[in-house]
Amino acid sequence: MPQLFHRSANSTARISILAVVILATLGLTAVLGGVRSPNFTNQYLTRDQPIQFSHKHHAGDDGIDCRYCHAGVETSATAGIPPTKTCMNCHSVLFNNVGYLAPVRESYSTNTSIQWVKVHRLADYVYFNHSIHVNKGIGCSTCHGQVNQMPLMFQASTLQMQWCLDCHRDPEKNLREKKDIFNMDWKPAPDQAEKGKLLAAQYNVRSVRDLTSCSTCHR
Amino acid sequence: MSAAQPPVNHPEIRRLVPVLAPGHTYESVTEKISGVVLTRPLGLGWLAGFALAFSLLMMLTVAVAWLIAKGVGIWGINIPIGWGFAIVNFVWWIGIGHAGTLISAILFLLNQKWRTSINRFAEAMTLFAVACAGLFPLIHTGRPWMAYYMFPYPSTMGIWPQFRSPLIWDVFAVSTYGTVSLLFWFVGLIPDLATLRDRAPHQWQRMIFGALAMGWRGSARHWHRYQSAYMLLAGLATPLVLSVHTVVSFDFSVAIVPGWHTTIFPPYFVAGAIYSGFAMVLTIAIPLRAAYGLQDFITMRHLENMAKVMLATGLIVAYGYFFEWFLAGYSGNKFDMFLVQQRFHGPYSPYYFALILCNILTPQLLWIQKVRRNIPALFVMSLIINTGMWLERFVIVVISLTRDFMPSAWGRYSATVWDYATFVGTLGLFTTLLFLFARALPAIAMAEMRELVAHQTEEHE
Repeated sequence: MPQLFHRSANSTARISILAVVILATLGLTAVLGGVRSPNFTNQYLTRDQPIQFSHKHHAGDDGIDCRYCHAGVETSATAGIPPTKTCMNCHSVLFNNVGYLAPVRESYSTNTSIQWVKVHRLADYVYFNHSIHVNKGIGCSTCHGQVNQMPLMFQASTLQMQWCLDCHRDPEKNLREKKDIFNMDWKPAPDQAEKGKLLAAQYNVRSVRDLTSCSTCHR
Repeated sequence: MSAAQPPVNHPEIRRLVPVLAPGHTYESVTEKISGVVLTRPLGLGWLAGFALAFSLLMMLTVAVAWLIAKGVGIWGINIPIGWGFAIVNFVWWIGIGHAGTLISAILFLLNQKWRTSINRFAEAMTLFAVACAGLFPLIHTGRPWMAYYMFPYPSTMGIWPQFRSPLIWDVFAVSTYGTVSLLFWFVGLIPDLATLRDRAPHQWQRMIFGALAMGWRGSARHWHRYQSAYMLLAGLATPLVLSVHTVVSFDFSVAIVPGWHTTIFPPYFVAGAIYSGFAMVLTIAIPLRAAYGLQDFITMRHLENMAKVMLATGLIVAYGYFFEWFLAGYSGNKFDMFLVQQRFHGPYSPYYFALILCNILTPQLLWIQKVRRNIPALFVMSLIINTGMWLERFVIVVISLTRDFMPSAWGRYSATVWDYATFVGTLGLFTTLLFLFARALPAIAMAEMRELVAHQTEEHE
């Protein structure tokens, strides 16, 4: 009986073992890397908005406080998107003829909301509350980045669970004094380690055990 | 070839009932076993059996598809009975899987020659049973596409699976068991695959068997390495026989639920697993040897030995039941005592009495040699024991969960048509795989049978 397989089948068999290992490693790396990339998390991605609103201009150059527009941030779960009326407080006088603000005026006169596109979208099964973070010493820029330097809004963080836990497991490194909460340029001081401990005690921040309990965020 | 049975009642002669009927040669053994795969035409019986099994398998796919579409609410489970049929069936199937490894690994290391002709299909049965078992926890999650959460991989969630949970131990125990069983089975198959390659009439068959035989030529070096590998795998598989069902029992005994929280669970579960596993081997062996005329290879000695193993493990299981009563009384724990009382007088007491009848009382007939050597009786007995072991898991899961500490937390459980469809469907999956296996691969290890022929010839000379 002639040989069933050509001599090269031996090499094919050996190489295919190696190939399986290599392909599996590459595949796993691609998947695990892929889910961390902006392609998957939408980090750094700007959206097309009805009006090209610039946080850099308003919060940075004009120095308007975050709370002027996001009024609910200290008292409720959502920071709140301002009504068109808030825009018109200034824009009924300033740039009140400019073409690219036409949608604002139209929204105001027809009493319909501007359909902003949400940038920071958390999973539905996460119970996130802005007020508790702001009141316990976490500043805006810790999660949202330096919004005062963003001409167009983008998501500065991954919003993945490991990013949340990174702070919940060690909140002291990000705690600020009350006066710095809305300071976009805040950087941890060199003595943050000690300061953080004091602030945690002052704010009555719950233990890491509580902060990392499942039901703190998933109910 | 099958000579008249010697007078069996004399103790000296009884020992001599052979594990291989006399008069066989290398050629006749190989011819007979490989013929089932290579030359035998598909009979009406096989086709009818396969059609039945396959239609049950299709029912399983419908049941699982509907489950995935609608969620686990189509089953009869609801708080307080979160487990129900899914876990009952999981434990039942994984238990059945135990006989394969016991026969192939432990009996191999103990040098029991009678394992030779039953190990191949017992291992196949193990793999198929593990496949059925693995399905249940997977679909019981309700979101099987999230099952990878249970494996420890570097996730973006920043957390690991809960390593203190027996359910995670289960993932490792069952997947390790499945992997080692598959490797063991495949390594054992290699010389036989080479035999099939050499005897196959068609080129495509030779190609398939040849690729699977991985270049086996039967040289002394091949045999040397093969035997080391086989021995090593047997050593690896041996602790698994004990560990898998021990871990499965932890799913229950680590919890504090009355009736579950006892230290007797691991040994009693392992014994029960082997008990049901051997019952299933008998359930398969008896029709298999009749259908393909393998009575010379799977002799009365095998059937009787398996009956004895069932008797022994059945007694351990009975001891477990007894100990449950004793421990409840001895501990003075009112919840445990109440649970035992519920076994006898609760709403599920008919299941409990049926279980005692199937698992403890009926198998006592195996003390009688006439029963052990009566093939129809053994077959019926194996079915009864399989039923009994299923009832055992039902009793454990349902009674404890419906009779928790507080009467306000009590409940009742009844399975829905989808529960039954899924369970019967896995029976279809199991039998379909068995039917395919019986015709696609040698159901008895030819190489090892030839070794038996050699031994027999030596003894003769």
